[in-house]
Amino acid sequence: MKSAIAILTVVAFASVPLWLRDPYLMNALITTGIFIIGAMSLNLLLGFTGQLSLGHIAFFGIGAYVSALTSLGFDVGLPFGFRIVHDPWPPIVGFVLAIVVAGLCGYLVGLLSFRVRGAYFVIVTISFAEVVRLVALNWVELTQGPLALTNIPSITIGLPGLGDLTLRTKLQNYYLVLAVAVVTYLLISRLVHSHFGRAMRGLMENETLAVSVGIDVTKTLTLAAVISAGIAGAAGSLYAHYIRIIDPEVFAFINTVTMVIMVITGGKGSLAGPVVGGMIFGLLPVFLRPIMAPEAQWIAYGGVLIGILFVLPRGIVPSLALRFAKPRKRIEPVTAVAFSERDVKEHA
Amino acid sequence: MMPAPAMALRVEKVAVHFGGLVALSDMNFTVGEGEIVSLIGPNGAGKTTAFNVVTGFLDPTRGAVSYRGTALNGLKPYQIADLGLARTFQRTSVFPNDTVYDNLLVGLHRQGRVNLLEAILGLPRARSSERRLRERASELVEWVGLERRARDLAGSLSYGEQRLVGVALALAAEPSMLLLDEPVSGMNASETHTFVELVRNIRDRGVTILLVEHDMPMVMSVSDRIVVLNYGRIIAEGPPDVIRNDPAVIEAYLGQGATRA
Ligand SMILES: Nc1ncnc2c1ncn2[C@@H]1O[C@H](COP(=O)(O)OP(=O)(O)OP(=O)(O)O)[C@@H](O)[C@H]1O
Ligand SMILES: [Mg+2]
Repeated sequence: MKSAIAILTVVAFASVPLWLRDPYLMNALITTGIFIIGAMSLNLLLGFTGQLSLGHIAFFGIGAYVSALTSLGFDVGLPFGFRIVHDPWPPIVGFVLAIVVAGLCGYLVGLLSFRVRGAYFVIVTISFAEVVRLVALNWVELTQGPLALTNIPSITIGLPGLGDLTLRTKLQNYYLVLAVAVVTYLLISRLVHSHFGRAMRGLMENETLAVSVGIDVTKTLTLAAVISAGIAGAAGSLYAHYIRIIDPEVFAFINTVTMVIMVITGGKGSLAGPVVGGMIFGLLPVFLRPIMAPEAQWIAYGGVLIGILFVLPRGIVPSLALRFAKPRKRIEPVTAVAFSERDVKEHA
Repeated sequence: MMPAPAMALRVEKVAVHFGGLVALSDMNFTVGEGEIVSLIGPNGAGKTTAFNVVTGFLDPTRGAVSYRGTALNGLKPYQIADLGLARTFQRTSVFPNDTVYDNLLVGLHRQGRVNLLEAILGLPRARSSERRLRERASELVEWVGLERRARDLAGSLSYGEQRLVGVALALAAEPSMLLLDEPVSGMNASETHTFVELVRNIRDRGVTILLVEHDMPMVMSVSDRIVVLNYGRIIAEGPPDVIRNDPAVIEAYLGQGATRA
């Protein structure tokens, strides 16, 4: 049943270009798709380990810059008279490096903060994103600063038997993003259903117990952060090669907030949540733009957000799943802590 | 006279201070292989604290713990679990939002570690490991007698049943020694009776048991040996018949009962 819905959804998305010709809408769908990939990666952390990364866009932006610089080449001076000269490499190499470098950054951030976690992780991620933004803004020799990296080449993929194909059109990029999104979805799905996913769940539900059955907290959380950051980096790379221009604004806090909203409205901890939430908040601007001033649009987003969470507090997908699922034993509030053996029995 | 069993757990001169509060002072005791030893004492005597030290959740202020000759000082809980020591908790004992069966799959974590890439790609080795885990989870559910509840959310079970899930979770690690912290609190008489059978059954499968429990009839009937704590000190140690009649023990319990009434 679930996989039937998934397959139908993919088929539906795949058929969109057949009947939708409007380039403006296609563009909106492509960028929405890219952000949905980012939101899925955020959900891996937020929904499955309970850790809120409020600097998630940093990994996305790092992926975008790494990929762009790899394919554009650069020539920068370092202290002590060293120089790094890099000749352009194919964008697809940039895509891979984006994943690797973003994943590495996820590792560092995770390592730094998971020993204490919670609010600490939130703060470290926000600060990290801000630091990276400042580097992108000020290391002009490498990043062009506010002048932006321009003319980023489109992705070229080698198709067996067909030679190289450079993905320039919206149609091609649409299918590229769809393909990466499907792979990401499958990857995360496999991940959360594996022993590793159970370790994450266990940690979120009852950490003391999880530790006692042998789950290594730091390792589990760090690995989740690495994978999450790597996927965000992949999304950033797609973004760079599709938009073909990148400036430090990509690191803006509002971009992280957008992803968080996508995850929370769609339903954190549900695989399809970020897709549903992402479609709503990715496409909302398209429909609001003709009828509202920009300021009013923001108010409308807020209204939609509050409305959804008011009616479906756990997010759209989990709430609906609960409503349509066959009635199951209701979870009583966890009162295991509330009762104390002191009250129950003394020396019998 | 039976030969003394080989030593499993050795607690030596352990002290735990929480700021000015002395939760344990100079605690010495041992548990032999295959023994059922109970650790009893009034509320706040330091029993759970002793468990926390042995299982690595708490570093002692002083002293040392070793299991089968390996020093446990400084080891993390999961490393101690790897050495074969598993425990249940006095209060929190389940993953409430998962089914009983899924609880055990989480509990089988250390057995199910396969290469993550193999798991993602669904390679044969990962799949067969997953199959083994599922079989093992079913066995464990059966072992503690929760077959009929396997598909229910653990949080929806009665306290007694949740304790059984806790025990099954500890058994999932295939421990050679099991520490049970007040396992029958919240159980009715017949559940307690069944539980005693389960404890004996676990021991008969070669697992050493250290039990903390307030239910005295249960403790007396199941223990080979009893260690009595009061205010962080061991005040008596011996077989049930001796402990039952020990004046210091009676004093500790009665004294406490009197102040409370
Ligand atoms: N983390 C802690 N910080 C401060 N004091 C603590 C801590 N844990 C336990 N204590 C104190 O140490 C003493 C021993 O507590 P412990 O939980 O070991 O008792 P117990 O024998 O398990 O009692 P009970 O039968 O009520 O479970 C108590 O006075 C308790 O308040
Ligand atoms: Mg206790």
